[in-house]
Amino acid sequence: MDFTFSEREEAFRKEVEDFINNELPADWVEKNIYWPAGYGTLAQFEELSPEVEQFTHRLAEKGWLNISWPKEYGGAGLSYTEQAIFHERMSYYRAPAGEVATLIGGPTIMLFGSEEMKKEWLPKIARGEVRFWLAYSEPNAGSDLSSIQTRAIEDGDDLIISGQKIWGTAAHVSHYAWMAVKTDPTAPPHKGISLVIVDNTSPGVTIRPLVNICGFYSFNEVFFDNVRVPKKNVVGEMNKGWYYLMVALDFERLVIPIGSFRRTFEEIVQYARETKYNEQSVSQQLLIRNKLANIAIQIEIAYMFFWQTAWMLDKGLVPNIEASLLKLFTTELSQKLANTGMQVMGHYGQLEGTSKWSSLHGRVCLGYLDCISALVGAGTSEIQRNIIAMRGLGLPPK
Amino acid sequence: MDLGLSEEQEMLKTLARDFLQKECPKRLVRQLDESDEGYSAELWQRMARQGWMGLVFPEKYGGSDGNFLDLIVLLEEMGYNILPGPFFSTVVLGGMTILATGSEEQKTEFLPKVASGEMILSLALTEPNASYEAASVKTKAIARNGEYVINGTKLFVLNANVADYILCVARTKQAKNPENGITIFLVDAKSPGVKCTLLKTLARDKQCEVVFDNVTVSEKSIVGERDEGWPIVKDVLQKATVAKCAEIVGGAQAALDMAVNYAKERVQFGRPIGSFQAIQHYCANMATDVSGSRFITYKVAWKVSEGLPAALDVAIAKAWASEAYGRVTLLAHQIFGAIGFTMDHDIHLYYRQAKAAEIIFGDADFQRAIIARELGL
Repeated sequence: MDFTFSEREEAFRKEVEDFINNELPADWVEKNIYWPAGYGTLAQFEELSPEVEQFTHRLAEKGWLNISWPKEYGGAGLSYTEQAIFHERMSYYRAPAGEVATLIGGPTIMLFGSEEMKKEWLPKIARGEVRFWLAYSEPNAGSDLSSIQTRAIEDGDDLIISGQKIWGTAAHVSHYAWMAVKTDPTAPPHKGISLVIVDNTSPGVTIRPLVNICGFYSFNEVFFDNVRVPKKNVVGEMNKGWYYLMVALDFERLVIPIGSFRRTFEEIVQYARETKYNEQSVSQQLLIRNKLANIAIQIEIAYMFFWQTAWMLDKGLVPNIEASLLKLFTTELSQKLANTGMQVMGHYGQLEGTSKWSSLHGRVCLGYLDCISALVGAGTSEIQRNIIAMRGLGLPPK
Repeated sequence: MDLGLSEEQEMLKTLARDFLQKECPKRLVRQLDESDEGYSAELWQRMARQGWMGLVFPEKYGGSDGNFLDLIVLLEEMGYNILPGPFFSTVVLGGMTILATGSEEQKTEFLPKVASGEMILSLALTEPNASYEAASVKTKAIARNGEYVINGTKLFVLNANVADYILCVARTKQAKNPENGITIFLVDAKSPGVKCTLLKTLARDKQCEVVFDNVTVSEKSIVGERDEGWPIVKDVLQKATVAKCAEIVGGAQAALDMAVNYAKERVQFGRPIGSFQAIQHYCANMATDVSGSRFITYKVAWKVSEGLPAALDVAIAKAWASEAYGRVTLLAHQIFGAIGFTMDHDIHLYYRQAKAAEIIFGDADFQRAIIARELGL
């Protein structure tokens, strides 16, 4: 056993760190009020600022926008541990690092797309020119995703799509929907679904904003009214979408904002050190010390789940329950971190960033709201526990 | 023993719930949350006509002679409906303080106006060190030519932005024991030198910074005795803490009701999500929290109402109920899933309130320290 990183890995970490320090705007920390594992405050979805665009292009030039891709497709050809190092550093600085096209769309196309599809899509995804949004959930298909009702009917060389998607994060600033549709309503739920890429500008697509409790516009509900899509946009084979979708989950396993936990924690600790009431700093209070120590312990555990997952992937093992553990543990930690931050800050914790007397840019106040989304998005805690219990521990489903 | 509400209290409860549902729909709650004032003058007048502002005042001051328990029943319903506005600061923090310790002249001048809805009050106690200890009162009032000049900054002051009068807790004498030398002044909010800045808060409640810059008040504006203000503050805090618990119980009950209704309606995997054991256990945990909070709140409210010593029970109630409200609203959010994460949904209004309620008048750690002390530790 050896818990040290190799020289190569340490050198890579430094390279990533230097890149971020050179390329990220100096005031990024103040601008990006992202909360670890939250979906509500992702600043880059509020508006695609020129700074984010520029940073994305620099990432693409460096070959890191699609860091998980093999070299033959323009990726960096790195090990999973190196990818993990990359995500750890990027998230520590809350840097924007890829989206649905680079993280899910590209890798799925690589595995299952036709040669024609690969030629059409992979280069522009690799260059950071197209953004996808994830069109999976529907009003009545959340945790029960396989019950989607959005219908795609074949018509010559086209599909005609009708239905409604919801929680389309960043749909309004993306170009295409990476979309699950029902193509065979007679088949069992898992066997009649296809994946298709749909142009946002197609006639019949209506995107409506959903403002989240943080007050941000990051989600959308999107209506599809007889939207015509060329069949060549179907990913892989018809009616195999559910399988692709499950495989694609593997691509996201290391996309955990692990570094942002440490970063945010450090900021709260610094606040506790620097804030004094009646000559005593907050960090001297035993109860506060205890709470902060508790978070430090859990961040350390979360990191071990993270490195373990990367190591298993490098070994060719399938980290099925580990990935669920990592998701479950970090998202619940997101809530604990917010609550601890609130307790450390007391009355000041409830002040929004723009208020007089606010601290830490109102990050904790907003995080207290945003952390709600962490346990709900991308598979709720309940679903993760089901996966751990049934797939991981072999407990009977009924 | 009788652990139930009286017939009159049951009636008050029903009337209050119906009134608030009709007169203060969530649409208005949101509108008031967004506004700078945080209350509706029209609704305020209607509440006054219901006799709510004077509920606990004697008839001779325009009240209806109710007791503290009656007020608790009303506050629970206000919490259920998350009624925005200065009722709490006007009646619990201001009116009841004047009633308990004000001069006859002050009672005659202020209480009828509070009861009729003509006057809004606010209590300026906490300062930038955000503590409820006497040592934290640094704002000074210095006697000069038969008057007092107040200087200092008060922070997290509820509803000062719309208050007609502010009860300002100030230090009039430096003493070895910080509990000595504190005096409460009734300050006209329009006095020269009073500057109020609205803070932006999680719960959208209207907390303010109030700066007193050479504010001159007369000797007559002292509530209670000069230098003897801290016992009054302690008494106000005790009642206010119990009153806050009542709001908490109402809010937590509402979150539970909403979540249970949704769990019955929302279908996933071909069945209502409320049929899944995970969700059932969430709901059961919430129900346990709500009931526990209600029972301890009623007990302590009864004690306070009867004038019995209640320091330990008050701390127990606040420590328990405030954390329970947080747990209940968090689980409610989990049951609502993504839809609850949207601004249009109502559950986040309760989740925000839960945090504000937890912080105000001392969080659970603060209360547990009191509990330990009361246990002789």
